[in-house]
Amino acid sequence: MPLYHDDDQAMLADTASGFMAEEGNIQKQLRHWRDRDCPDGFGHALWKQMAEMGFTGMLVAEDDGGLGMGHVEAGIVLGEIGRNLTPSPFLTSSVLAATALKHGSDDLRGRYLPGLIEGESVFAVAIDETAKHRPGRIATKAEKSGNGFKLTGSKSFVIQGASADMIVVAARTSGSDEDEDGITLFAVPKDAANMTQDAVRLVDSSVASHIKFDGVELDGDAVIGEVNGGRDILNAVLTAGRVGAAAEGVGVASGAMDMTVDYLKQRKQFGRLIGEFQALQHRASHLYSEVEIARAVVIKTQQLLDAGAESAELMSSVAKAKVAKAAGLAVKEGVQMHGGIGMTDEYDIGLYMKRDRALQEFLGDAYFHANRVAELSGY
Amino acid sequence: MSDLESFRAETREWLEANCPQEMREPVRDEEDVYWGGRNATFKSDAQKAWFEACRDKGYTVPAWPKDYGGAGLDPAQAKVLRQEMSRINARPPLSSFGIWMLGPALLHFGTEEQKKHFLGQIARGEIRWCQGYSEPGSGSDLVSLQTFGEDKGDHWVVNGQKVWTSYADECDWIFCLVRTDKTNKYQGITFMLFDMETEGCSTKPIKLISGNSPFCETFFDDVKVPKSYGEGIPAYVGEINRGWDVAKYLLGHEREMISGAGGGDRTSAIGAAMTRHAAKTGDELDPVMRAELAMFDVDALAYGAMGEKFLDEIKVGKAHPAQPNMMKYVGTELNKRRHELMMSAGGSRALEWESEQTSGGKPSRNWLRTKANSIEGGTSEVMLNVISKRILDLPGS
Repeated sequence: MPLYHDDDQAMLADTASGFMAEEGNIQKQLRHWRDRDCPDGFGHALWKQMAEMGFTGMLVAEDDGGLGMGHVEAGIVLGEIGRNLTPSPFLTSSVLAATALKHGSDDLRGRYLPGLIEGESVFAVAIDETAKHRPGRIATKAEKSGNGFKLTGSKSFVIQGASADMIVVAARTSGSDEDEDGITLFAVPKDAANMTQDAVRLVDSSVASHIKFDGVELDGDAVIGEVNGGRDILNAVLTAGRVGAAAEGVGVASGAMDMTVDYLKQRKQFGRLIGEFQALQHRASHLYSEVEIARAVVIKTQQLLDAGAESAELMSSVAKAKVAKAAGLAVKEGVQMHGGIGMTDEYDIGLYMKRDRALQEFLGDAYFHANRVAELSGY
Repeated sequence: MSDLESFRAETREWLEANCPQEMREPVRDEEDVYWGGRNATFKSDAQKAWFEACRDKGYTVPAWPKDYGGAGLDPAQAKVLRQEMSRINARPPLSSFGIWMLGPALLHFGTEEQKKHFLGQIARGEIRWCQGYSEPGSGSDLVSLQTFGEDKGDHWVVNGQKVWTSYADECDWIFCLVRTDKTNKYQGITFMLFDMETEGCSTKPIKLISGNSPFCETFFDDVKVPKSYGEGIPAYVGEINRGWDVAKYLLGHEREMISGAGGGDRTSAIGAAMTRHAAKTGDELDPVMRAELAMFDVDALAYGAMGEKFLDEIKVGKAHPAQPNMMKYVGTELNKRRHELMMSAGGSRALEWESEQTSGGKPSRNWLRTKANSIEGGTSEVMLNVISKRILDLPGS
């Protein structure tokens, strides 16, 4: 398959770009909710609109009422979310949780997917237990209790956890903390007894939760997939999420770069447009190159993932690491080249820097993924 | 089975039958590369058999039309062939500036007779071409070139000097930028084709920091170049005085070629191989070096995807016309970094300059050679200028 969008995908890109620029723009969404100190950090009305556009259930199978599309398509929406810094549950709900629910029973899918497709429900995914992404270590325990399980432990920095109607929780049902096996995924409803959330606002105005499970009773039918068979599903969720986050990151990078290049063509100093200075031209051109490469590795990885290729695993880490570097460069150069106004809250470039920082951390930063590339390559 | 899938199956079978095992080993040195030409010799029977099989099938230039010695493959088929060759690590059967540079220029600007005449020779590996662009006073500022062809009616008399002419001492013919109008900087250059055996042509190899001499100085002393080689076969490409258009078009191809966008070595990861190699000799790489290798592998694999995307897009006209400059910039900087890391991973052994176990100092000579990557065919700084101007549309550049 050639590495560019086919006609249908190009049409979707047009639609998504127009819609997000109109409805998901910084003024209408990010600043609006931030300035009102919104406890969700995003707008439910937009989520509903995204459902009407057909976005929320893109990755859900057609048999379950979704569109049965792939990661190239989801990535198109994520790219526009990134470019507009649109706060929304799309990545956590429509990519991560939807990927987990693919492996759920008929009952679970019937219980949760219609709400997602309608834009009525929001889901979160709880994996990490520390400040850094360490999916290899899962200590939260789910012990057999009657016909179900009792959940004990804690999860850190669960994005949109406090807004979620259901949280996918990775817990240990056997073995010790660092074991590969012995993981089970649970769909935990928001009103579960003995679950407490402590919400914290992050630098990009998103909201994350620290969740405590103090003997949370779960029915056996809350299990997603098989008991002790959660690692494979978790890996699929992580790969989908990382590729999705990378797609959003390319959008952030493109948005920051375009804004910066425009600024170079408007701002005058020393009687000249600053874009005439070669010192800035070369840095802008270098940045362009890096962002183009990030874009290429993301579409390549999306296609591999949609084709079920084995190399999607390795390439998802290549993509996440490359995007982290490229987007990081885009926002840093963006603020620097904007000069003093780049430091003001009034200008949007700083918002790109904040979002990039949070996105870099999400599901593993460049260091985590470069290390993973080395491990998967055998060194 | 789709047409493309059956083409893949046929190709796989053909390669299995025709590509000797020896031709699936990595290229180790210059002798492993077959350049063709009047004075060409084959290093081995396998090299000869592989070249001849490809020549007869049109696979020395698979995407060129059959009339000009190619196989007439469409872009999708050409990609399949590339993938299948790369799958078995098949070496290119014929390397040539005729294929990479002159060919594309003739395909775009040449007359029908020129194409039939010159392209066929190139495809069959009969004539080895070199490129006369740079001059001592005209490097990055190529258009200031001074080599002059004085109009004598049915021929020109060419005087001047070229530099960095790749393998000029081993080549048969040259495609050469010659000033034919001193009053017009951009529209006063002609893209000439002539035989290097013509009286007045001489070459002198330049010894480089790698100790090798892949480049020459080339001198023209009253060289008589006819304006035509027969009916419909002018001795120049495009129009007289409009050679700069051809040169600019070709620079795109040259940059694409130097960028390594086609894959192969330039886009592969090195961390695992470097670590294994060190372990074999009882060494262990430092953790910080492992981190650098991992970061490099991320960049190399991502660049591989960029190369694939670039080639896919260029075939359907989706790529920005100035994108080869970006590819050249990134590809060459990456290749320099690759060789810096390989030198570090190799330790003192990589410093050996003449030893047998380094095949005559391969690691260090190759490392030094890569320093030219970001200079030849337009420096990295010139590439960045072009991106600024033509892609980002920045002012005043």
